[in-house]
Amino acid sequence: MSTPYPLPEVNLEQIKHLISQRALDGETVLLNMGPQHPSTHGVLRLLLELDGESIVTCVPDIGFLHTGVEKNMEAKTYLQAEVMSDRLDYLNTVGNNLAYCLTIEKMLDLDVPPRAQALRVILAELQRIASHLIWIATASLDVAAMSMFLYAFREREIILDVLELVSGQRMMTTYIRPGGVWRDVPVEFDAAVRNILDTFPKRIDEYEDLLTRNPLFLDRTMGIGKISAEEAIQWGMSGASLRGSGPDWDLRKKHPYSGYEQYDFEVPTDDKGDVYSRYLVRVKEMRESLKIIQQALDTLPMGLVRSNNRKIVPPPRSEIGTSMEALIHHFKLWTDGFDVPKGSVYAAVESPRGELGVFIESDGGPKPYRIHWRTPSYNNLEALPVMTEGLLIADLVAIIGSIDIVLGDVDR
Amino acid sequence: MKLETIIQSLEKDFGAVAKETFGEVELTLAPENLVSASQKLRDEFDFAFLSTISAVDYFPEDAPRYHVIYVLRSFSESLQLTLRVPLAGNAPLIPTLTKVYKNANWRERELWDMFGIKVEGHPDLRRILMPDDWEGHPLRKDYPLGYEEPQFSFNYKEIDLSKPHGEL
Repeated sequence: MSTPYPLPEVNLEQIKHLISQRALDGETVLLNMGPQHPSTHGVLRLLLELDGESIVTCVPDIGFLHTGVEKNMEAKTYLQAEVMSDRLDYLNTVGNNLAYCLTIEKMLDLDVPPRAQALRVILAELQRIASHLIWIATASLDVAAMSMFLYAFREREIILDVLELVSGQRMMTTYIRPGGVWRDVPVEFDAAVRNILDTFPKRIDEYEDLLTRNPLFLDRTMGIGKISAEEAIQWGMSGASLRGSGPDWDLRKKHPYSGYEQYDFEVPTDDKGDVYSRYLVRVKEMRESLKIIQQALDTLPMGLVRSNNRKIVPPPRSEIGTSMEALIHHFKLWTDGFDVPKGSVYAAVESPRGELGVFIESDGGPKPYRIHWRTPSYNNLEALPVMTEGLLIADLVAIIGSIDIVLGDVDR
Repeated sequence: MKLETIIQSLEKDFGAVAKETFGEVELTLAPENLVSASQKLRDEFDFAFLSTISAVDYFPEDAPRYHVIYVLRSFSESLQLTLRVPLAGNAPLIPTLTKVYKNANWRERELWDMFGIKVEGHPDLRRILMPDDWEGHPLRKDYPLGYEEPQFSFNYKEIDLSKPHGEL
């Protein structure tokens, strides 16, 4: 077959250290799964060595969605660069903004008003539920539970409506800004979130009715994709994928940020370390998130939603017409941006997938000298070959679903 | 276990230099001490979790040109520690941590891919994010930030000619 452009040459010599001798002798089959495959949840390519239908080795190949975000951010001011952070893990846009802003606030020693902190928590938890809904939709679709997909997407839309209400955008919100949030929430916000709090517990019960005791679902998930707690830690797994194996590591509890220490919630864990455990943990997490939202909304303080430090936070629109100072600050912030003191720091938040960390090195100027994103999916995916060894291709599909990877998060 | 005792022990054994930045502790280590220091951190002080590995390029400075960053976590004590390893600009080489932390594998491949820092003893040092035949290491400071002109119907032919298959 001829193509209009030359195809790269692939030979077994290049990959022979990744596969077994049996594949080189032609005893086992090498199969390419992806990058365009519905159950790889994006553009993930897996090189599988198969003995019949069981997997001998599995070699993930990533980078198909690499967008050079880290390089691009170096050329932008801190405020401009935040817009790109949404595009990393596109199912956890609020969480990405939060990690980024917390790191900058740590460097600037900037105080965030209590109302803004509570709003950040509410939105981050709403986003966590929305992300888990996508996971439950796609992961159960992978094991042939079609109706879950429709139900979960229906519910997710209710959450996205709230995000649209506060920020004007369904997904790429950029609502959290250094020093607070973009603007105060509209009056409809309270009722919209309470509507979620009323309806969601029943809806999550419905999902559990469909899946938790469903024999077909149990057959596909129990005892599949096992990983022990020690191995999960060694492979750097985090989030619900780690908690499914036992450790109760959750940054919201262990290194609280944005006032998470005020709220009463539990960190669900399970000790089996299989696909079903990870399912149970995530479903329980959705209920815990609702608990946090309930508490944060009930105690939502009144007051400012962004810091009063005008060297970093732009003045309100209303002041620009009357105050010369405000006009100058506005102009300087939107042309030059703000300077961040020299030095480097690493800060992390608990995203729906695990530890989402941002490393920023500043040279004292208005642009980040270097930004590194520690994305949880990257490490969770790296452990995939350990979980799949000796299982069937059909199990592999269930396992990819259970570690809840987002390829935008892996490839950056 | 307090963080201070851990730092003191590393300062004594490996000549590490501690520095506090924005409330977090950074330890600067020589590359030859990296493996033994992280081994000690993992086995004696329970820093069992490697969060990430990354690097910073200080071009045009040359000695050191790169700083490789390691972020470690201890679950039992809820501690976080950052290690910094300075490397010279000419053929940078760093020992692998894959024997200590399994997930160092992909992060070190990324280090090679993005910064061109060779990792000594790595079992599978291929590019990870960029295509195999890519030239250069994008996150180096002397690598220009390029862009691609969007292809519309009015300039389709013009841009198509500049693509690899354009001459065919």
